[in-house]
Amino acid sequence: MSEQESSSDERMSSEEEEQQQKEEGFSYWNLKDVERGQLPAHIRKQGTRVYCKPDAPTNCVYLVISFDLERKRGEIGMTETLQYSGSYASMGVDNSLRLDFFRENFRIKVIALDKDKMEFDMIGIDAAVANAFRRILISEVPTMAIEKVFIANNTSVIQDEVLAHRLGLIPIKVDPRLFEYLSANDTPNEKNTIVLKLHARCNQGQPRCTVYSQELKWLPNGSEFAKESEKPDSKPSTYTSFSCGQDSLPEFAGNPISTVEDIILAKLGPGQEIELEAHAVKGMGKTHAKWSPVGTAWYRMFPEVVLLENIKGEDAEELIRKCPSGVFDIEDTGNAKKKAIVADSRACTLCRECIRGDEKWENRVALHRVKDHFIFTIESTGALPPEVLFTEAVKILEAKCERVITELS
Amino acid sequence: MEHGSVRDPSSATFCFVDEDHTLANSVRFALNQDPRVSFCGYSIPHPSDAKVNIRVQTTGDPAREVLKDACQNLMVMCQHVRSTLDKAVDDYRSNPTDMDTK
Repeated sequence: MSEQESSSDERMSSEEEEQQQKEEGFSYWNLKDVERGQLPAHIRKQGTRVYCKPDAPTNCVYLVISFDLERKRGEIGMTETLQYSGSYASMGVDNSLRLDFFRENFRIKVIALDKDKMEFDMIGIDAAVANAFRRILISEVPTMAIEKVFIANNTSVIQDEVLAHRLGLIPIKVDPRLFEYLSANDTPNEKNTIVLKLHARCNQGQPRCTVYSQELKWLPNGSEFAKESEKPDSKPSTYTSFSCGQDSLPEFAGNPISTVEDIILAKLGPGQEIELEAHAVKGMGKTHAKWSPVGTAWYRMFPEVVLLENIKGEDAEELIRKCPSGVFDIEDTGNAKKKAIVADSRACTLCRECIRGDEKWENRVALHRVKDHFIFTIESTGALPPEVLFTEAVKILEAKCERVITELS
Repeated sequence: MEHGSVRDPSSATFCFVDEDHTLANSVRFALNQDPRVSFCGYSIPHPSDAKVNIRVQTTGDPAREVLKDACQNLMVMCQHVRSTLDKAVDDYRSNPTDMDTK
């Protein structure tokens, strides 16, 4: 057996030699358009783009991983990138995490920013990390929200529990970093509780009136409701034990705590009244959505629209008619000929109208999404400005990593 | 945070308590890009339990150290993201109309 094997080996090697001699000088790396140490353009493109076809977005990868017999090529999900460090090892390309490479290529560009909404482009980061930021923004950045409502009087048509729920969802304009969490054994004090009072009445003979969120008044000295004590002679205590007024603290002096205005809480008919006290504490969105600091936070991959051939005249006009979001425009090329161009690929919603219908359009227009270019939008509810929220979210991810490191060492 | 491993330190499963996809998927991303890692993955054994298992197998180095390095890399990335954002916001504030310079 061993002899046979060795002889076959010899044959193989001689065959290989012949082959090599035949193709002498040929190597993939010797092709003119291939740069050494870099992935070829088409594979780079497949790794960084999602391809959108008229039926569904797909992304075929060159690596053949046959999970089922139907598919010849393995497909990876839309947003996934090839993360494994040795993905392109056979081509001599290192895919490992290079922090200096990340530092050089990572960019953020703010598109729009005001006091409660921010849109920015985040380029050169993996979806895993971008998604972690988004998840943290929604569920792990703390805020203050009303947790307990003490209702002294409610003769309105809105039930106590419904009213309490509505109150809970009102955003409170205060920096949550100035407060501590109230744990089960703590007594509510000036460091962990905000007390708000609401007293609204609609007098007899008046028309119906509306109670708005700005009628909630901050009580810097804590609760004003006395607890019912068992011993009649004992000193009356309230539902909070503030050691000092919150308005005497430097962070709130001249900066009273308020809620977001113009939210309707209830409607009162003549003779109806609401009197209550609401206690707000610090919490996180994963406990209840009322503590979420964002209306929502989302991202989308940058849409890339490519014209694969020159589209002129009637076709150009048809293309512009097909697109509902105005991605394309007509460029007048001197001699009265109309040519379609991509004017605003950011506006593309990937509705795929432009490649639907006649099959020829599929070969004329290519729709891609850039996998590492995220258009990130944050809508703040009002507690913190959106750019601060994002910074806080990144800090929270850092803190999570740090916790793992300390636990492991 | 528990740590389950056998005699061979080059492969181990780590259990993160009070964590979810947020951290696990980011750590998996960082681990995957480390050439010393031969396998890594994470799972959430039950959706009602707030815990996540991360499996790390390396080509020889202790899994614990590789995981620590992955977290370290992630932290460095986060710090860079933060400083880049601060700069981008300052740029925007100083010149909000000038958007097409870059």
